[in-house]
Amino acid sequence: MVCEMETDQIEEMDVEVLSSMWPEDVGTEADKQFNVEKPAGDLDTLKEVTIEEKPTIADLTRLPDLLNSTHQGTSQLTNLVKQWEYMQDNAVRLLREELKNLNRQREEAEAKELKIIEDYKFESNEPENVPVLDETSDLFRKFRQKKRDALIDSKKIEIDEEFDTVAYWKQKALSLEKMLEASTERERRLVEKLHESLKTMESHAAPVQELTQNLKRAEGFLHFILQNAPIVMGHQDKDLRYLFIYNKYPSLREQDILGKTDVEIFHGGGVKESEDFKREVLEKGKASKREITFTTDLFGSKTFLIYVEPVYNKAGEKIGINYMGMEVTDQVVKREKMAKLREDNAVRKAMESELNKTIHITEETMRAKQMLATMSHEIRSPLSGVVGMAEILSTTKLDKEQRQLLNVMISSGDLVLQLINDILDLSKVESGVMKLEATKFRPREVVKHVLQTAAASLKKSLTLEGNITDDVPIEVVGDVLRIRQILTNLISNAIKFTHDGHVGIKLQVISEPSFARDNALNADAEVDNGLTETSVWIRCDVYDTGIGIPENALPCLFKKYMQASADHARKYGGTGLGLAICKQLVELMGGQLTVTSRVNEGSTFTFILPYKVATSDDYSDDQDEFSDMTDHQSEPDDTTEGYFQFKPLLGSIYSNGGPAISNGFLPHKVMLTTSPIKLINGFVADPSNNTGQSEIVQVENGGYVDETKLETSSGHCPESAHQYENGNGRCFSKESESCSSSQASSEGGTLEMESELTVSSQREEEKAETNLKETSKPKILLVEDNKINIMVAKSMMKQLGHTMDIANNGVEAINAINRSSYDLVLMDVCMPVLDGLKATRLIRSYEESGNWNAAIEAGVDKDILENEQVCVRSTNRLPIIAMTANTLAESSEECYANGMDSFISKPVTLQKLRECLQQYLH
Amino acid sequence: MLGLGVDRLQADINRLLASLFHQGVLDEHFLQLQQLQDETSPNFVYDVINIYFDESEKLLRNLRLLLVDREFSDYKKIGLHLNQLVGSSSSIGARRVRNVCVAFRSASELSNRPGCMRGLEVVEHEYHYLKNMMHELFQLEQQRLLAAGVRYPV
Repeated sequence: MVCEMETDQIEEMDVEVLSSMWPEDVGTEADKQFNVEKPAGDLDTLKEVTIEEKPTIADLTRLPDLLNSTHQGTSQLTNLVKQWEYMQDNAVRLLREELKNLNRQREEAEAKELKIIEDYKFESNEPENVPVLDETSDLFRKFRQKKRDALIDSKKIEIDEEFDTVAYWKQKALSLEKMLEASTERERRLVEKLHESLKTMESHAAPVQELTQNLKRAEGFLHFILQNAPIVMGHQDKDLRYLFIYNKYPSLREQDILGKTDVEIFHGGGVKESEDFKREVLEKGKASKREITFTTDLFGSKTFLIYVEPVYNKAGEKIGINYMGMEVTDQVVKREKMAKLREDNAVRKAMESELNKTIHITEETMRAKQMLATMSHEIRSPLSGVVGMAEILSTTKLDKEQRQLLNVMISSGDLVLQLINDILDLSKVESGVMKLEATKFRPREVVKHVLQTAAASLKKSLTLEGNITDDVPIEVVGDVLRIRQILTNLISNAIKFTHDGHVGIKLQVISEPSFARDNALNADAEVDNGLTETSVWIRCDVYDTGIGIPENALPCLFKKYMQASADHARKYGGTGLGLAICKQLVELMGGQLTVTSRVNEGSTFTFILPYKVATSDDYSDDQDEFSDMTDHQSEPDDTTEGYFQFKPLLGSIYSNGGPAISNGFLPHKVMLTTSPIKLINGFVADPSNNTGQSEIVQVENGGYVDETKLETSSGHCPESAHQYENGNGRCFSKESESCSSSQASSEGGTLEMESELTVSSQREEEKAETNLKETSKPKILLVEDNKINIMVAKSMMKQLGHTMDIANNGVEAINAINRSSYDLVLMDVCMPVLDGLKATRLIRSYEESGNWNAAIEAGVDKDILENEQVCVRSTNRLPIIAMTANTLAESSEECYANGMDSFISKPVTLQKLRECLQQYLH
Repeated sequence: MLGLGVDRLQADINRLLASLFHQGVLDEHFLQLQQLQDETSPNFVYDVINIYFDESEKLLRNLRLLLVDREFSDYKKIGLHLNQLVGSSSSIGARRVRNVCVAFRSASELSNRPGCMRGLEVVEHEYHYLKNMMHELFQLEQQRLLAAGVRYPV
């Protein structure tokens, strides 16, 4: 039993020793083991794992080889090992700490036990049976001794019987049995503990397995990544033959790839490039990236970002390359799109800034133009005040010098006004405000009158001639005012630059020019106004024998504020706006203005314009709108005459177009003899002052009078001079407005436009005609509701030598017309009760039907009308002139549409009234 | 009143007229009016202007009555009155009155009551200014005529 006990104790001791020593031993053992054994075992594991568990298309069997043979493989393994070592170290450290703890606890427990044993002061009879372990501490021995003592001691207490008796032995056996039981129990526990320790030891004792697990995890992770990564990876040897490839989207089987080069596998664009790139990397030994676009039959056109790095073996020799590719086709496309967008953006930005600049410039220009127009307008008002004042001043008593100065002032003011009007005209055309009116006119008369007017202010010995071919229609439709403006401008230009020779206008019909066919739309724009006449193109040449224009000056000729040269500008003056306006007007009317010129031989300005051919069925309408330039001696031969000439004759007198002579002052011819008395601007000039200016004599009508005529009318001279001396100053001021236009009223009160041409043979007939007209005084009806306007108009009529009846509204007007016959009606448009437009319509309907039914329907008092129905009226159309506050083209069209013959824009001026009367009263 | 100030008075008249022209109160139609005056109607301008003032006074009074009325809505009538005023103002060359009347008229065409009220005020202001100026002018004219009429036996 003792033996048993001893062994028992020894076992126990051993176990304890072992368990206390184990961690240190294991730790060192493990370390050694890992360092030595790991690589081989590791690789094996890897191999097993890859092959057994996850077969992929990757050539995993080759991976160990790779790992074996390359630096990278080795280093990776080393990494893994190091990691493992670190983990083990950590575990060892933890275990040691635990051991320390346990030791301490045990020591404490032992100390306690010792104390307890000492307390009980037992003595040991038992032979000490302590296994002599080599150098185990005395403490242990002592402890065991004491422990045993304690045990025995306790047993000792239990045995009461006498030594060596049966009872003693029995008792002893019993106690021993108990002890045995306890010992067995302890042993069992120890065995359990041992098993436990063994288990832990087992788990710690397999670093290979742990490494394997780690590797498995790493592999799993890599695999996971790889499976989802859209990349191709590969390893190629020195000859660029694939040894390994991983492809997420395999289109080829492994056996088709491994052992082959790129070139052998694919065909198409990019393959060669990638091959070369790989080779380059291999040669240079430097990893690099490149984007390569492949165009192969296999997968179409795709772009790959390829990363290639060289692989070295342990000896530092290149053994191949690692290659990684990622498809970036979409990205490339996007990037290209982005680049394109950016480019577009840049272009757009550039364009935008360019446009902004243009807009800015345009705005500036517009503003400048607007400002010019506004300024011109603003200047015009005060200037007209200045000129008006000067004209008033000229009616006061002045001495000769003052008068001359004043005349210069007035003519300068007129010039500035003209310039401002030009500028306003130009800005009107440019801003598209200017509207063209389509009216019937006679080109021959226009030409004649333009020449006539020019001749009136002619101060040089030039021949002015007009030549119109027979095929030019008698009447055409166009904007006569503008055409006249162009002609006048060109003629005055021609005269200005011509010192001798002749200046002329030639009209001829031509076929449709090519430019018009090109922009037929423009021409069509002219075809409105309800006129369906055929169109005719008329070419108008204004030629002169002047100084001509040098060729290099031609391009800027039509530019604003430009003259052919600065010298000319100084010498001849002018604003330089005339030609620009002409050109714009011509173009506005759908035509073309050109010029040909030879220095010192002359220039020809040619403009081609389309006109409608007017049908001349309604004769009463014919004289619309051109009245101010036709001279109303509408003899049949005049309408078709194709040639006019205004010759300069020495000693003849040209009108300077200055302030004209008032009514009652001069008869309808110029009455100056060759006597020394001459009128300059309405006052008697010093006959001895025989300069160019003093030769300029007031000629009524702006006409041209030849010598014979002067002689025949010489008798009037004293009278005129006398009249002037009476100092009828008012009359001059009244007439001062009509500077350049040519008219005067005849003595008899009948207004007549006098135009004296060279055709002196007609003179007598005219006279007779005039006398005839004088016998019947025209009856004029003014329909107007505004008292002031009535007063003013009446006063004007008085000045013009007429009286007139007044009607305050449309109804009164109809009644008045019904009662007596009138030669002319001036009709306000806007009136109470019955406005002018309606009244005119009713009057026209009366003229057509001969009864006032329409008027009665409209509510005009029918008794009066019916009673007066007996009054037989001539079937002639009654000229009705509208007086309107709106001068816009729409309004004038409205007037015409309602049967009015013409219109005067309000407020009425003497000038307008006079022109109107001249046109409609014969 | 010794008849020595004729030139000065004439100069004053001219200056006044020039300033009125410059301010845009008058325009060339006033000159027309002056030109229409002759021996047969020596007071033509004065008469016309006086009638103009009488008429305009009436029109303005009517306009004010129309506009003051709360239930007023007859913009057409206002338009008619204004047409009259525009017509006569432009006839005598009262340019500024005419212009403000045109603005007033466009406000009435839009049935813009506050605009009309403003328009009326502006028109009245311009009208009174014109009247004052004309008054001054006629006074000067009268003095000038008086001065010009003085004759001394030589």
